[in-house]
Amino acid sequence: MAGTLLLVQFLNGLQLGVLLFLIAAGLTLVFGVMNFINLAHGVQYMLGAYLAVAFYGVVGNFLLALVLALIAALAFGLLLEILIFRHLYDRDHLDQIIATFGVILFLNHGVKVIWGAAPLTLPPPDVFAGSLVLMDGLLYPVWRLVIIAAGLAVAAGLYGAVNFTRVGMLVRAGATNAPMVSALGVNIERLFMMVFGIGAMLAGFAGIMIAPILSVEPGMGDNILILAFVVIVIGGIGSIRGAFIAALLIGLVDTLGRSFAVDILRLAMGPSPARTVGPAIASMLIYLLMAVVLYVRPEGLFPAKGR
Amino acid sequence: MTGAAMSIVPSDRAAGSGRDVAGPLLMFMMFALVPLVAALTADRYLLDLAARVMIFAVAAVALDLLVGYGGLISFGHAAFMGLGAYAVGILSAHGIDDALVSFPVAIVVSMLFAWATGVVCLRTKGAYFIMITLAFGQMAYFVATSLAPYGGDNGLTIAARNTLAGWPLFKSDRPFYYFILVCLVGTYLLCRTLVASRFGRVVRGARENASRMATIGFKVQQFQLVAYVIAGGLAGMSGFLLANSTEFVSPAYMSWQRSGELIIMVILGGSGTLEGAIIGAAAYLLTEEWLSGIIENWQVIFGPVLVLVVLFGRGGLMGMATRLWRWWAHV
Repeated sequence: MAGTLLLVQFLNGLQLGVLLFLIAAGLTLVFGVMNFINLAHGVQYMLGAYLAVAFYGVVGNFLLALVLALIAALAFGLLLEILIFRHLYDRDHLDQIIATFGVILFLNHGVKVIWGAAPLTLPPPDVFAGSLVLMDGLLYPVWRLVIIAAGLAVAAGLYGAVNFTRVGMLVRAGATNAPMVSALGVNIERLFMMVFGIGAMLAGFAGIMIAPILSVEPGMGDNILILAFVVIVIGGIGSIRGAFIAALLIGLVDTLGRSFAVDILRLAMGPSPARTVGPAIASMLIYLLMAVVLYVRPEGLFPAKGR
Repeated sequence: MTGAAMSIVPSDRAAGSGRDVAGPLLMFMMFALVPLVAALTADRYLLDLAARVMIFAVAAVALDLLVGYGGLISFGHAAFMGLGAYAVGILSAHGIDDALVSFPVAIVVSMLFAWATGVVCLRTKGAYFIMITLAFGQMAYFVATSLAPYGGDNGLTIAARNTLAGWPLFKSDRPFYYFILVCLVGTYLLCRTLVASRFGRVVRGARENASRMATIGFKVQQFQLVAYVIAGGLAGMSGFLLANSTEFVSPAYMSWQRSGELIIMVILGGSGTLEGAIIGAAAYLLTEEWLSGIIENWQVIFGPVLVLVVLFGRGGLMGMATRLWRWWAHV
């Protein structure tokens, strides 16, 4: 019984991990290449979910809604880049924070104006609805497995694109030294725009994929944004590989910590104090992990910058 | 905030002799007169609003010490405020409701949290510092939501405002208002003294060039840590005031959006001026008050305004006012 519970929570942790990776990948590239802190990355995740719900309402087909929402998320990301963000790349971090915070305020409340404050839902496609018997007495929702598979596929695709294509080479070079790349005659603005667009689309993709599990509501991207920051800080800013490893680590530690902290503490103290202290400790675990990693390696596990 | 020249000018002036005493003095006198005006117009609401402005101004002035003078963009400042507030709430839940206990506890707890997290945060620089302070703030937030015995997500109602040595000073609004004003003036004077002192010059020097300061023999991180701990303690004090003012404590006090609002207050008023942080707090809260009376989701207007201020206005409200003044004088 304990073994099944462990496996279920392991899968849940993996699912949170790949979700975090989808968000953190764009964040770490945008930060690594453009040196741009994008607080508004979380609302792009939220927007992905809302767009999927909206398109599903029109076309009534999940796959079609997914494709349309992805295109819309990309278009919206590019629009934000052209209108606002590209004017902030050479500003200091404080300006970037304030402006992207303004974008968050606008979008978080803008969706309220359009779709209302009540949570919305999106059903998964019929093929992937229901649960799968993984082993005796272990039912697991198929859609969560789909999320894990999709996340791993995107991770593999990104890894290939970044490491084995010409554009990927430019992205890596940009993360190491963007002015030099520009000096060598690469159209850095187009590169920036592309990186930003892909990042926005990945965050939107994460939002679309999670929409059948979570409720779609204003501000749903706010807390996960901070988790994504923790991921890229641990993984090392600008590193896809670091983001992937750190995302899985954070997903597993957080999920397993929340499920088992009380049981583990019960070994050391009475059940009543364990129930009180357990959740508090569980919610601190990933931040303590971050603190330890940074204390040992202030630039994260896989820093991309060669300084 | 925008370019080195912008930030050097105001801070040098603040460090100089008491050239601009008139401005802050006028500001504090206006705050002191609010209860009178409120009594004349029988508008209790005005008193509440001014008290709220001063409470947030305490935290914003403390944050300006870090952001404006230290160049340390701390994005977890609301956590210290929340800790101070929770100190009041938790002590009160256990029947301890005298400010002689809760006031120092609120400050010391926040300072301890600032010290423990500051040791890690200050090992990093720039964007890493922003993200890590953000993360530690979020940690405090989630711990608060998981405190089931103290209300968890829903927060904690405080039975009654603190007494002061058994004396129900805070129970009536006007004495409490003046207590908040004393806290604000004290915070302002302390920060102003600090900024002008040798300590302040080291912290400001580290903002301009940390490695040069280290080369001439200062342990930069220790100076920054002291500044971080002081700012944390002052924010804890403002949390004490907030908890007593609202008679309620909630994890929302610690949310990272609240930290963002504090940064916006500092920037709106023009960072690195201290009194600018007070003006910024007033500007932010009054704008919120005004806009939310017009449209329910007032952020839909305020968000784009922030973006426009960053894209086109430099040096915050103070900077814009200065340029307007110069333009006026020119004409």
